[in-house]
Amino acid sequence: MIYFNNVTKVYNKDLVALDDVTLTVSPGEFVSVVGHSGAGKTTLVKMILAEDTPSSGTVFFESTNVHKLKSHDLTKLRRRIGVVFQDFKLLTNKTAYENIAFAMEAVGKSDQEIASDVPHVLELVDLGSRTYHFPHQMSGGEKQRLAIARAIINQPELIIADEPTGNLDPINTYEVVQILKKINDLGTTVILTTHNRGVIDSVGKRVITMEKGKIIRDDKEGKYVI
Amino acid sequence: MIPLKRIIKSGFVNFRRNGVVSWAAVLVTTITLSVITALILLQAVLHFSLDQIKNKVDVTIYFNVKAPEDRILALKNSLVKLPEVAEVSYTTAEDALKDFRLRHQNDYPTIQALDEIKDNPLGGYLNVKAKEISQYETIANFLKSNNTLVSGSASIIDKVNYYQNKLVIDRLNSIISGAQKLGFLITLILVVISIIITFNTIRLTIFFSKEEIGIMRLVGASKMGIRGPFMIEGAIYGIVASLITMLLFWPVTAWLGRSMTGFLGINMRDYYYSNLVQIFAIILFSGILLGIISSVFAIRKYLNQ
Repeated sequence: MIYFNNVTKVYNKDLVALDDVTLTVSPGEFVSVVGHSGAGKTTLVKMILAEDTPSSGTVFFESTNVHKLKSHDLTKLRRRIGVVFQDFKLLTNKTAYENIAFAMEAVGKSDQEIASDVPHVLELVDLGSRTYHFPHQMSGGEKQRLAIARAIINQPELIIADEPTGNLDPINTYEVVQILKKINDLGTTVILTTHNRGVIDSVGKRVITMEKGKIIRDDKEGKYVI
Repeated sequence: MIPLKRIIKSGFVNFRRNGVVSWAAVLVTTITLSVITALILLQAVLHFSLDQIKNKVDVTIYFNVKAPEDRILALKNSLVKLPEVAEVSYTTAEDALKDFRLRHQNDYPTIQALDEIKDNPLGGYLNVKAKEISQYETIANFLKSNNTLVSGSASIIDKVNYYQNKLVIDRLNSIISGAQKLGFLITLILVVISIIITFNTIRLTIFFSKEEIGIMRLVGASKMGIRGPFMIEGAIYGIVASLITMLLFWPVTAWLGRSMTGFLGINMRDYYYSNLVQIFAIILFSGILLGIISSVFAIRKYLNQ
């Protein structure tokens, strides 16, 4: 599904964020990417979303080189990927309902579909009582659950969760990981970046360990080993 | 295709939720539109004053006492046909005498002298008004050439006062065209300055949404889906600001009409009321255009990131 071919990313001539990374992610996999801060985890996921361009190498989403896409086609690609960030990246000016509705509007869903699906997904992440609240009226855990609801609403083929538990307490962390596992069980590919040992050990699936921009381990049923 | 209804609704919701930021943009747009409205009114005063001056300028052709009326009328007809001529009025010798008597009715020696002569010592005259002040010279030149054509060797024209007033007319002409050019230049500079200020304010309001625009792009929103509500918001700034501007100028022009008509030479209140629709159309159009274009330019930078 995702193919990194000898991808290198160098910032400001001497800061190597990715160093000759070659990697394949198959459909339906749950892949955890671990490493210290600055190991290159976020750069790796930014490459998939074409938020950043590689200095050399190619990144394919199925048969498409994501960095060769025109703006319009890139928009279409991003609609097939749900993204969850550490800092939630919610639209602060919109309510919980509108944040999810916006993602549905982006893919051209009708008002009827939006009206029937949004309450359903909010219930799914236990935010039914927060429908008309703005992000600043929610706790960190609620914001992250809202971000996950937004990421899954259009049934994407891939969910990228970049440090989704970084700002959460252990209980909320556990809840978020459980939701991601459930999404994966339903067939969606999940790429999770984290440096939380507990999260990795509780997932018990493929673990890619990064250090200084390089992949140093790739274990099928790995644990957090650094 | 994104339904227009969604974009419009989203624009209105954003306008309402942005609160102080929206009203700051409306305030600055109102200032710009007020400058434009004030300039429209000033232009009206300038044009009115210049028209008044222009109307005071004319050329009078005085005829000899014995000039036959048919030749005078023939000259009048050929003058009327000139494209530069706006109006020609003919005063007969008898009317000229009547006017003279009326003007000097308290001046007994002059009236007495006139009575002594018995015959009418005054000739008829044609009063010519050109469409533009600069055209008097063309008319004067026409008279020079046509004079011989109409009356043969014996000229029926006694004198044309253009030559006496030439210096004043030329001077007035250059003052008027200078005033018009200056007025236009000042208008242009003020409008450009106001537009730049408004543009920067709207850019600032969109700068606050910079992160949101990035998130929208990540969620997969199309460029138009993101840009549209901002354009609507910009248009709302323009609409609200133009309504406020119209309301502001209501008491201002009423006061000007009441207190400054003598000084300005034109009743501002009457002018404002009678041109209300046109003025509103101009500032509404300017406001909406300014809001939309500023938004489009401001957002372009973040959309392409």
